[in-house]
Order: sequence, then C-alpha cells, then structure tokens
Amino acid sequence: MYLSKIKITLRKSILDPQGKAVEHSIQSLGYGNIKDTRIGKFVELKIDAASDKEAGRITDEICSKLLANPVMEDYDFEVTKLNGVK
Amino acid sequence: MTKPKFGVVVFPGSNCDHDAYNTLKHVLDQDTEFLWHKDSSIGDRNVIILPGGFSYGDYLRCGAIARFSGIMNDVVRFANNGGIVIGICNGFQVACEAGLLPGALLRNASLKFVCRNVTLKVENKKTIFTRSYDTGSYAADKISLPVAHGDGNYICDEDTLKSLEDNHQIVFRYEDNPNGSLDNIAGITNRKGNVLGMMPHPERASEGIVGGSDGRYVFESIISSMN
Repeated sequence: MYLSKIKITLRKSILDPQGKAVEHSIQSLGYGNIKDTRIGKFVELKIDAASDKEAGRITDEICSKLLANPVMEDYDFEVTKLNGVK
Repeated sequence: MTKPKFGVVVFPGSNCDHDAYNTLKHVLDQDTEFLWHKDSSIGDRNVIILPGGFSYGDYLRCGAIARFSGIMNDVVRFANNGGIVIGICNGFQVACEAGLLPGALLRNASLKFVCRNVTLKVENKKTIFTRSYDTGSYAADKISLPVAHGDGNYICDEDTLKSLEDNHQIVFRYEDNPNGSLDNIAGITNRKGNVLGMMPHPERASEGIVGGSDGRYVFESIISSMN
C-alpha cells in the first residue's frame, strides 16, 4: 500500500486573489517580510499498487484527469510506502 | 427543418434547471424535458442545456465532478458531432471542464459572489445563439442579464485568446466587468459555433414578470436557426 500526497496550486502565471487577501491579513499582523502567498489544495489518498513507480503513475493519471485542471493549476505529489499496511 | 427538442440536464445541485425548463416549455412553448445526470443517453433531444447551479457542491473545482456524470459522455459525443449545447453559469464551467470550450473559470477577482444585472455587449450576432439580436424587432447591441456566481473569472492562454478573437468566438462581453474575466469575456462559443458557454443567465430574464426579457432571444435564436 502506498500513500500519495498531492499538492495542487494555481499556476504561477495566474493571479491568486485568495492568496493576496490572506497575505494582506498576514502583513496586518505585523509580518512585513511576507510575499508571494499562494493558496492551494492538498489531497491525500492510498493506493494499492505493486510498486512506487506504479503508484506514481496512477497518481499522475488521477491528477491530470480529475484533481487538477491544467488550464489553471499545477500539481505535484510524493508517494511513500506504507509499511505494515496491506 | 428540424423541430427543436430541448433537454435540460439535472445534476445534483443544479438550481437553474427549472428556470431553463420554464422559459423553454412555458414561455416559448417548446418540446422540453429534463435529463437526469445518471442517464447514459440524451435520447431524442437535439438541444442540450447545461444549467446553472452548484453541481456536486462545487467540490474540487466548479464543474469538475459533473463533467464525469453518466450523461456527459453522450453530451460530449453529441457536441462533437455538431449538436447544439448551451452551458449557463455552472453549465459553462462544466462545458470547460469537459473540454467542449477552451479556458477555465476562476474565483472572481473580488473574491465576492456577485448577484446583479449586468449590461452585455453582443459581440457576435451571427451565431445560432444570437441571430435574433441582429435584425428584426429584437435587434440590440447591448442586453441586460442577471449574473449570480462566485467563479466567473474567465481565463485562457494568449494563443487561445487570439484564436477566440480571430474566429469571432467571443459572443458576449461585460460593459462593467463583475468578476475580472480576461478581456471582459462573458460568453464564448467553440470553434464550430455549436456550443455556447456564458456566465450570465438568459433563462432568468425571459419574461417581463421576472424583470427582463432580453435573455429569451438566445433561445429564440436557436429555435429560428433550426427552422
């Protein structure tokens, strides 16, 4: 069993108004040294796969088909083996 | 001459399906049926409406899950064969997610849900969706329709924008942009011109009693295009 941790963010070229609003809020707390705040999504799922390579391939497929929209989002993931979980 | 048979798709969370049905069935006296999202076929319907609402609670991304509903395979097949499809508001988001239209709809730049009437410029009056605005008693350069959305901020890449412009696919533009959309885009068609996506709601402005009737001529245009 493998665990996929997937991070989805708006593409760098796209203005992230939510990130901007949160950044203003952080700055109003007195943290003037903050910049480039981006809001994204985090998805975690378990995959019953034969190898980490296969788990990675399946994760990539799911991301490109459903979890992320390539027009506006980038995704990134890491796959780890879950020891003792079948 | 083909008689229009409208099909209004009902997703879990659709909330403008009845407005579309009412406009088509009762205001315009057209053959209209609802299509359930789990159906595998659009049957004998030859104009498909993807209505507004919050399909699947807008989970993940607006329209992302609806796009994989049982009926959508047949809607995509139908559209790819030249069938007429209109995606309104959430339906526009579904159509983009399904690849029927280029681009995507982001969160409004203001981060606020906008719910008000907007003035639209009809940029292309030669489409099957806008021809009634071209000549005759409904001729208009500008129309007023309601918007009600949180994610109507249309984006696409530069090449796509250029091809939308070159092929006259930008059908409606906002006069006073409510959501930050690229180039004030409010509605576009696909390259072939048989699929329309728009954020404003023509089905919610189709008779005087609801505050305006500018929207009914989108549907009148389709009906006259088919006759």
